[in-house]
Amino acid sequence: MRTLSRMLVLAVCLVLAAAGAAAAADTIKVGAILAVTGPAAFLGAPEAKTLEMLAAETNAAGGIKGMKVELLIKDSGGDAEKALSLAKQLVEEEKVFAVLGPSTSGESMKIKQYLEDNATLLISCAAAEAITTPVLKWVFKTPQNDANAVRWIFADLKKKGLTKVGVLNSNTGFGKAGRGQLEKLAPEFGIEIVIAEEYDKAAVDLDDVVTKLKAKDVQAVVNWSIEPAQSKVPVSVRKLGWNVPVYQSHGFGNIKYAEACGVASNGVLFPAGRLLVADVLPDANPQKALLVKYKKDYEAFAKEAASTFGGHAYDAYTLLAKAIEVGGADKENARTALENLKGFIGTAGIFNFSPTDHNGLGMDAFEMLTVDANGKDCKFVLAK
Amino acid sequence: MSPEILLQFCVAGVTYGVVYGVVAIGFTIIYNTTGIINFAQGEFLMLGAMTAVSLHRHLPLPLAIAGAVAATMAVGALIEVLFIRWLHRPSVLRMIMITIGVSILVREAALHVWDEKSHALPHFTGDAVSALALGGAKISPQALWVVGVCGVMVLALSAFFRATRLGRQMRACALNRDAARLCGINARNMVTFSFVLSAGMGALAGCVVSPITYVQYDSGTGLAIKGFTAAILGGLGSTAGAAAGGLVLGLLESFSVWALPAAYKDAVAIAIMLGVLFVRPSGILGSAEAARLREH
Repeated sequence: MRTLSRMLVLAVCLVLAAAGAAAAADTIKVGAILAVTGPAAFLGAPEAKTLEMLAAETNAAGGIKGMKVELLIKDSGGDAEKALSLAKQLVEEEKVFAVLGPSTSGESMKIKQYLEDNATLLISCAAAEAITTPVLKWVFKTPQNDANAVRWIFADLKKKGLTKVGVLNSNTGFGKAGRGQLEKLAPEFGIEIVIAEEYDKAAVDLDDVVTKLKAKDVQAVVNWSIEPAQSKVPVSVRKLGWNVPVYQSHGFGNIKYAEACGVASNGVLFPAGRLLVADVLPDANPQKALLVKYKKDYEAFAKEAASTFGGHAYDAYTLLAKAIEVGGADKENARTALENLKGFIGTAGIFNFSPTDHNGLGMDAFEMLTVDANGKDCKFVLAK
Repeated sequence: MSPEILLQFCVAGVTYGVVYGVVAIGFTIIYNTTGIINFAQGEFLMLGAMTAVSLHRHLPLPLAIAGAVAATMAVGALIEVLFIRWLHRPSVLRMIMITIGVSILVREAALHVWDEKSHALPHFTGDAVSALALGGAKISPQALWVVGVCGVMVLALSAFFRATRLGRQMRACALNRDAARLCGINARNMVTFSFVLSAGMGALAGCVVSPITYVQYDSGTGLAIKGFTAAILGGLGSTAGAAAGGLVLGLLESFSVWALPAAYKDAVAIAIMLGVLFVRPSGILGSAEAARLREH
């Protein structure tokens, strides 16, 4: 009798467990670590809104292969230590299928080894090439490589016949990685970096650093930063009555940064994906339809202008969805599917992944853009 | 280094120095009446500027700033009444914990009331790139506004402490609270008033600097550290010392950028603060004797 009741209990347990497993198969948990607040909020906030919008869209359409997406967005405030503890929480407690983000390069570098060790997909929304070089099995990223951004800027300088540049960067992972690439690639293009200075990411004013650059008589200023402080570079340069070209990194891709510079933004040059100029692209461009749709959807959903950063989250989400669609709800299979994905159209460019390339974007993912602040509003346009 | 470049560094240093000085004076006013360091001082600047940005959507600039200053003063009074007033002879440590707690509270509230983005008032005259030539250096009209408004504020404050009855009562409380009470001065109200005054000054300074520095919910902390350094440098408790400490700190920071890699700029401020605390805790203009007496 006793054995029978024990067996009954066991049977009930088994049935319940099976039911539980079936319920779990109906949803797929996706974690996201984003700098929704703090100094990198210009990145994290649009990324969070983009993911919310996409998850709602997926679920309204019946999910990915019938599985609903349960999105868990965690705010790291741009802090690498916090990002790591959030990653542990997502992987160990929530047992997520994959992690999207983090927003910044510093955070991504901090957590990538942890995801690798725990065999969970990480699709970073940060730009530094070092995130996917050397390639880690489980780590991917969606923004264009900073090395390619540097090549675009140096090629433009060379075209203009300018060789002596002053470099500025903020003291964050993105800024430091960019400066490293600038210093590494300068000799290749015959460019001399006369002076390189680093400033605090929360700097209130940059007149003094820019004065130092001006005293060195450089022919152009290249600034690498992703925080609001980058808007102060063109302002200081123009205020000091200095007429050299100002180049920004692809971290300038939010119209708010240009607006914060006011008239000083006029003529600032930076390499960026095509999202910011989607409306003026030729119709034959394979990205155009997607870019215009994302821009329209995002602007209706978030009631603010779309930025390239939200686009990086869009790419991370749609790539993951595609990987699950192809590989199914198995971590290993989805990872392999992602690694072999070719010709996938995203906001940053056309992704062609391979076992040796977990970024999948080439030089053609960029255009050189500039700011037109002659009218009432600032706008991004293609540089001539 | 050419004289123009030298002058340009001076202009940059004086512009921030004046702001540090005003934050330092805010610390000083509250320190004098209560003996505590109000670590929420930087939040007053942030609140003032953020409120002004919001009000400016509906009101002309001078009215928006006046409204923001008044609102921040009210917040200052509220903080004192809610968190400080009812404490009976609290320890210094407890007061520090409370003001740090208040600063976090204000910051988080600001994040919810506004957002995570940086904001700025428009430049009072001209725009972001307009500059006046001063010798060979360029100075933005907004920097002149900052120096002018903060300078007038310091002078007005000094006149207020010397010439008005309320100012003299506050000074009496600062010198000896018990004796002031025996003379019929309501010391508690003086403490509330010191918070109001300090909040108002901070808010006005925040409004004037926001076109240059921008402001977001967490910009108070950095300013508070710099202002505290300036206050220590000038000798805690001395208004003139605080103003001078701010200018010295601003200039030192600016010239440190010329001499050292710019990355060390903030380290310079912290190094100065530690150096002063180790070598001359009474500050450069403060009297060592007064500092000793205050401890008893």
